[in-house]
Amino acid sequence: MNVLKNSLQKIYISLIFLFLYAPIVTLIVLSFNDSRTRAKWGGVTFRWYGALFQNEDIMQALFNTLSIALISALVATVIGTIACIAVMRMNRTGRAVVLGITNIPMLNAEIVTGISLMLLFISLGLRFGYGTILLSHITFNIPYVILSVMPKMRQLNPSTYEAARDLGAGPVSGFFKVVMPDLLPGVLSGFLMAFTMSLDDFIITHFTKGAGVDTLSTKIYTEVRKGIKPEMYALSTIIFVTVLLLLVLVNRTPAHKAQKLSEGEA
Amino acid sequence: MTLPTKNKEGNHPNVKVRSGILLGSPYLLWMVIFIVVPLAMIFYYGLIDKNGAFTLDNLTAILSAEHAKALWLAILLAVAATMICLILAYPLAFILSRTKMSKQGFIVLLFILPMWMNFLLRTLAWQTLLEKTGVINNILAWLRLPALNIINTPYAIVFGMVYNFLPFMILPIYNSLIKIDINVVNAARDLGANAFDVFKKIIFPLSIPGMISGITMVFIPALTTFVISKLLGGSKILLIGNVIEEEFTQAGNWHLGSGLSIVLMLFIIVNMVISAVFDKEGEGSFL
Repeated sequence: MNVLKNSLQKIYISLIFLFLYAPIVTLIVLSFNDSRTRAKWGGVTFRWYGALFQNEDIMQALFNTLSIALISALVATVIGTIACIAVMRMNRTGRAVVLGITNIPMLNAEIVTGISLMLLFISLGLRFGYGTILLSHITFNIPYVILSVMPKMRQLNPSTYEAARDLGAGPVSGFFKVVMPDLLPGVLSGFLMAFTMSLDDFIITHFTKGAGVDTLSTKIYTEVRKGIKPEMYALSTIIFVTVLLLLVLVNRTPAHKAQKLSEGEA
Repeated sequence: MTLPTKNKEGNHPNVKVRSGILLGSPYLLWMVIFIVVPLAMIFYYGLIDKNGAFTLDNLTAILSAEHAKALWLAILLAVAATMICLILAYPLAFILSRTKMSKQGFIVLLFILPMWMNFLLRTLAWQTLLEKTGVINNILAWLRLPALNIINTPYAIVFGMVYNFLPFMILPIYNSLIKIDINVVNAARDLGANAFDVFKKIIFPLSIPGMISGITMVFIPALTTFVISKLLGGSKILLIGNVIEEEFTQAGNWHLGSGLSIVLMLFIIVNMVISAVFDKEGEGSFL
């Protein structure tokens, strides 16, 4: 009975994984396809991996994607962490209002967030391009940082900071020496989450980008009609395998450490 | 950072609040400019016409045959996708919550990992798999089973929604299941409840916040998508998201697009209120 139950469970999990990973396997296979269209199999080749680095458009889009993700995640982490400290010092009503508004970009549909920012940039007369994408990404990243720092903030023991101040630490050094170490896991996971969200975003970028500036997502979207360039499959395979290797490395650390890490991410 | 002199803070609520507002001012400013004002602009544009006069036409435009059909289809497909996600995700989250602790983190990561491959590409890959002469139909033909012709139909859109949003359903349910105190379950067993009773009276009710949060996290992106319908539904099937997107990027009628977005937001707000009522503690949150 238990054996049957166990194997049924394993089959179920495997089927779901098959469903989730089938397109990924497909993309990896297509990256080795020696044919310009995805409809035909032309044998195995590695040439797309070489061609990828010659393709200036894709390299530019990759640079935009990574730099926007990095900068927006960093800025969002700083603003979001300071915002958390500030929110803890507010009264009940102030806190509820601020956190309520902070939740809007996460709960609202991305298309609505995208067009609302587009309307804002139009009426401010900003030129659409790298800058407007960056501002939008910082905006939707901040809530993720606040969301992961806030729980750590609530667990803080205020007496430790007060003790540090009593013993002569200034407000800034007191914060960095006593409070920050406790917040760090939340800050780091907030940063990682913000980075990932920015990297994967298409919809908000679609509405706030200008002509001539592309991230990988928007580049793929414009290529849909003409057919995706095989170099794109090669690039996404490289990104995926890199992340996979990083995860395997993290998971090879001793169990209690891995446990801590996944708690940090949770 | 100008904090009040030492020993005073914490005892002085007013000083504390004032320094809070001061510290928070960069974010408060950001929040107002990039969250509050943009939303207000949707309402502003949605409630005026091209000449700047107040009108409700952009809202009532949802009643026109074309728009009503797009909204209705979006609701229908989003409900179907949400139900399928719930049915697929619950058993999975349940099984995962019972696996060995050391493996759990890794298995959960495996559900997040696909998100690192661009979601447009992953969705496009289903074209290759689902096409008339695609991989799946080749396998079906080899097994002498009838072909599956769902590409460019609403079924393919539901399929794509389930594929893209399933992790959003699995993770909150999983999080609410692992929070259940094993002692409560053991107590019930000691008192004579069988496995089914334990599930019905303890586990299921305690996982409701997770389910509600999962439903919200799947339903809203499914209802408002324009990408999945465009990639898997061919170009003929329009959901409300496609209509709004075209008004902004092609037709250039921002007023109509804003008006339809206001209508869409009503659905989002209703959905949020329902989830807030069920999930007061934020127990089943995604993160």
